[in-house]
Amino acid sequence: MSKEKNSMMSWIDKRFPLTANWKAHLTEYYAPKNFNFWYYFGSLAFLVLVNQFITGIFLTMNYKPDAGLAFASVEYIMRDVDYGWLIRYMHSTGASMFFVVVYLHMFRGMMYGSYRKPRELLWLIGMGIFFVLMSLAFTGYILPWGQMSYWGAQVIVSMFGAIPVIGDTLSHWLLGDFMLSDAALNRFFAYHVVTLPILLLVLVVVHIIALHEVGSNNPDGIEIKANRDPQTNIPVDGIPFHPYYSVKDIFGVVGFLIVFCGIIFFAPEFGGYFLEHNNFIPANTLQTPDHIAPVWYFTPYYSMLRAVTVNFLGVDAKLWGVILMAASVMIFAFLPWLDRSPVKSIRYKGPIFKFALAMFVLSFIVLGFLGMKSPTPLYTLLAQIFTFIYFAFFILMPWYSKIDKTKPEPTRVKE
Amino acid sequence: MADTGSFKIEEKMNGRRRFLVAATTVVGGIATVGVATPFMLSMMPSERAKAAGAPVEVDISKLEEGQLLLVEWRGKVVWVLKRSEEMLETLTQLEQEDALADPDSEREQQPEYAKNTTRSIKPETLVVEGLCTHLGCSPVYRKDIAPADLGEDWLGGFFCPCHGSKFDLAGRVYKNLPAPTNLIVPPHTYLSDSLLLIGSESKESA
Repeated sequence: MSKEKNSMMSWIDKRFPLTANWKAHLTEYYAPKNFNFWYYFGSLAFLVLVNQFITGIFLTMNYKPDAGLAFASVEYIMRDVDYGWLIRYMHSTGASMFFVVVYLHMFRGMMYGSYRKPRELLWLIGMGIFFVLMSLAFTGYILPWGQMSYWGAQVIVSMFGAIPVIGDTLSHWLLGDFMLSDAALNRFFAYHVVTLPILLLVLVVVHIIALHEVGSNNPDGIEIKANRDPQTNIPVDGIPFHPYYSVKDIFGVVGFLIVFCGIIFFAPEFGGYFLEHNNFIPANTLQTPDHIAPVWYFTPYYSMLRAVTVNFLGVDAKLWGVILMAASVMIFAFLPWLDRSPVKSIRYKGPIFKFALAMFVLSFIVLGFLGMKSPTPLYTLLAQIFTFIYFAFFILMPWYSKIDKTKPEPTRVKE
Repeated sequence: MADTGSFKIEEKMNGRRRFLVAATTVVGGIATVGVATPFMLSMMPSERAKAAGAPVEVDISKLEEGQLLLVEWRGKVVWVLKRSEEMLETLTQLEQEDALADPDSEREQQPEYAKNTTRSIKPETLVVEGLCTHLGCSPVYRKDIAPADLGEDWLGGFFCPCHGSKFDLAGRVYKNLPAPTNLIVPPHTYLSDSLLLIGSESKESA
């Protein structure tokens, strides 16, 4: 049997480098041996991606991308299609969980300096994935054509209208009409199920290729490749991804699935945070709901959008808000060049960086909270203060990361 | 082609070959742009979308003072508001308080015939698009004076729940709020005392 299998493998290997790839990416890909809890979220993001692809395909079998039929087709899936509710809740919960794991995955990178040389490009590819993910979330949210779908899309598309000179033409081009209508729903469906998923998959593959080229960072932020066994040339602090981390990740998957299933079966709307109450009302072009807010994962940026209330430098507050919001997302991409600290990991960074990172997390959470609330003068002021802190974390980083008092890095990873 | 053993690409990249590579790249680039053009243009509003948008007639004879009528025109919401004497007085009061960003409607958000204090043809009847000029939400009509949530200075008007912009009863935006301009006044005319035509300025087209 084993001999037959070997001859089979060698037949394939002569025609396709299967064994070579298996080794390069799994059994002989050496990852640092000190991965901790924070290293679950990359593989979990991949799990959620698979979940979104599979459930998404089954949803398209019953969904109708037509302004007159979309809302009813989603209700049809929920009520009349066998297990339609399960597939739909897996998809809608998966969307929120995608952002949970991706935010934690990015935070891990910020803590341990995973964006630093030689992983700048890996970080940028990850940012590309993040942008595509946001586009997917936005286009997907429009599809049920409920009140929040409609007015949320109206707000986002109006942002393009704020761009001087080309704004109007650009928004007509995006919508395929002079206002948000069936034409836009139909094309956003095309983006959501074809263009963006293909782009996402390509970027994820490129992300993994780049990761396996430079090797994984670790909680100590030191390069394990700098210390190789002289005989085998294998990093002494490295262990093969398979079976060591494949087994560890399965443990993470089980923990994740317990939470995931708990939400799907007991709180699929998650109190209006994952599926907003107003989106159970069909789109009404004549009336905006009294309270409108994006889904939780967009609220920090949304807070910054509406935090700008004064015109300055001859530019409308509206355009400044849009610029600020775009900048708040794009600015992550500059991290590799903003961080001038001699060490990578938070373990060896000084008190200033720890304080700055804590303030950043606080501002992200506060802005997220404010984005869910109706604007009042106090909330607007708070949003302005925390927007300032959010940007200060990035803009002042070249300065404070340099003067910060760091500890010496070890030469070997800690057990 | 037979003997490629000693082939060195640098040596063969003489002037002629370099020119051919450059020319092929340029022609290929132009062809790509050319092929992309119809695809990009297919995303503009179709002929059917352009043809839609006929004017709508509205009977306003039954509209009471302070009552707001919602009309759909080109898929957008248009408000018709009948204002009382007191409501019209708030307009001049706000001008005196210097509370508005563009009290004289200097920015092109209305036809010439609506460029006045009441922003209307007839002082009592306001016709505006009910979409906030910030990011397109539909503001809420709040005629109550000095409610708890909008403050003691509130004289009635429109409040946008999305980002907190405020407009007065002539659709003029308050200062220092996200919305940059006054609400848009669509082209409109009166076919008779009680019959309003939204979407056209000419009385014949109806």
